[in-house]
Amino acid sequence: MPSDGGGRNAPLGLRLAVTGVLLFLHLPFAIILLYALTTEDASFRFPPPGLTLGWFQVAWNRPDIWAALGLSIRIAAAATALALLIGTLAALAVHRTRFFGREAVSFLFLLPIALPGIVTGIALRSALGLLGIPFSVATIVIGHATFCVVVVYNNALARLRRTPASLYEASMDLGATGWQTFRRVVLPGLATALVAGGMLSFALSFDEVIVTTFTAGQEQTLPIWMFAQLTKPRQRPVTNVVAVFVVLATAVPILVAHGMTRGGGREAGG
Amino acid sequence: MRRRPVAAFFFLRPRLTLALLLGPPLLWLGVAYLGSLAALVVQSFFHLDDYTGRVMRRLTLATYGELLSRANLDIVVRTVTMAAAVTVATACLAFPLALYMARYASARGKAFLTVAVLLPLWSSYLVRVYAWKLILAKEGVVSWFVEQAHLTWLLDRLLAVPGLGGPSLSVSSIGTFLAFVYVWLPYMILPVQAALERVPPSLVEASADLGARPLQTFRRVTLPLSLPGVAAGSIFTFSLTLGDFIIPGALGNSSLFIGQAVLAHQGTAGNIPLAAAFTVVPMLIMAVYLIAAKRCGAFDAL
Repeated sequence: MPSDGGGRNAPLGLRLAVTGVLLFLHLPFAIILLYALTTEDASFRFPPPGLTLGWFQVAWNRPDIWAALGLSIRIAAAATALALLIGTLAALAVHRTRFFGREAVSFLFLLPIALPGIVTGIALRSALGLLGIPFSVATIVIGHATFCVVVVYNNALARLRRTPASLYEASMDLGATGWQTFRRVVLPGLATALVAGGMLSFALSFDEVIVTTFTAGQEQTLPIWMFAQLTKPRQRPVTNVVAVFVVLATAVPILVAHGMTRGGGREAGG
Repeated sequence: MRRRPVAAFFFLRPRLTLALLLGPPLLWLGVAYLGSLAALVVQSFFHLDDYTGRVMRRLTLATYGELLSRANLDIVVRTVTMAAAVTVATACLAFPLALYMARYASARGKAFLTVAVLLPLWSSYLVRVYAWKLILAKEGVVSWFVEQAHLTWLLDRLLAVPGLGGPSLSVSSIGTFLAFVYVWLPYMILPVQAALERVPPSLVEASADLGARPLQTFRRVTLPLSLPGVAAGSIFTFSLTLGDFIIPGALGNSSLFIGQAVLAHQGTAGNIPLAAAFTVVPMLIMAVYLIAAKRCGAFDAL
């Protein structure tokens, strides 16, 4: 059990290495925050010549940022809704029935995130091109939902496997119909796993840039906006303000989702 | 007893129920997605006519011939080398933290560390790449510290190495490498930690009892038993590096990676066959990789 190792003293070298790795993982976020406050807007000079909160207001008044943010939220919501539907259906099917090729289904759902994003991106793009479907918000949603399904599917399946079948049998024995059992027993049991999976899927979609590049056409999501700033920066601190906002906006759902599946093995791990 | 015609209908027809549940997911991922992948592979056997600038829809190996030209082969080799280097580096960095989480941390410490690894993993990929642009910029953080330490000459010499360096860290292979390692590190930590958790403490104790020094125990017992975790993590680090065009675009020098080549060929050039042929490379590599990883038990560590 995990607790039996608790409190043992690690060798000094190991503790130093751990501290180093943790700093490596987290210091860049501090740097971003620092640069969101700098008065220097033409270069990335360190240390910053002065500090100001003014960029937050500048960012607030930029319509292009709001438009990109709104689009990203709409796309993430739509992709997550689709992923929830498809992922839950698949998890129920795989959980309740044994059938030929059952293992292959899990592998199939994993494929869009196991293959490099660029493969999924260009495959979808060329397929859309062959079918003559114009790029639009809908094509972005389809691309995103394709790789969001696996997050919902994994979370839902892990939860179903941990729920004893006797619960469903008891419900049926007590006279509930199949639908009532689903409504009153299966779904409430799944709820937190679905919320967690949905949040992760939302975060995944909100942040996605590679597949989006291939399926977006002229639409500009927040990551696409940010990528444009990366290569051709204008008003650099504004980009940092947006970056700070994005970090905070994704950190909160992750922490909540993590809390919801804790004790649940490795559901949220992706 | 009430009759439940609908429930009974489905109960008596499990195959139909299964088809209804599994139909939409399979249509989407099995037909639409796999179909797109197959269409992509087929297009890699077409060829772009140099004179008309049109794609000839006839099966030929000409595009693969083009892929094997010196310049394109360089791109493939560069990308695979980078993916391998990034994988080794993330494994080295992941081990201490994973070992600490699995062996030494208290329950609370472990929960804290898990969140500390998950947060960067799930926070914006682009933001994290962008952070390295700030850190590595010519006038940025690293340069400043190097200057304070009077080591600018060392940095300049490093940047002068052909193939590795460039005008500044943020426009060099070193910068690309650092950003890749940073961005994919959490993907390595988690599976390695999971694998280390599964090494029975009794084995480590037995090794110590039999007279092995801690380092010997690590090398002979802990490390081999945690290799499936490293293999699982490397699936992510390898695959993600192979398909990325953001990091080499933002932090690299002018030499292309597979992802950038794909983007360039399918874009203005309209050479979908060559772009498709380029993506077949990571697909093949990952297929071989996944089979090898399955053989050594990596999927149990996911």
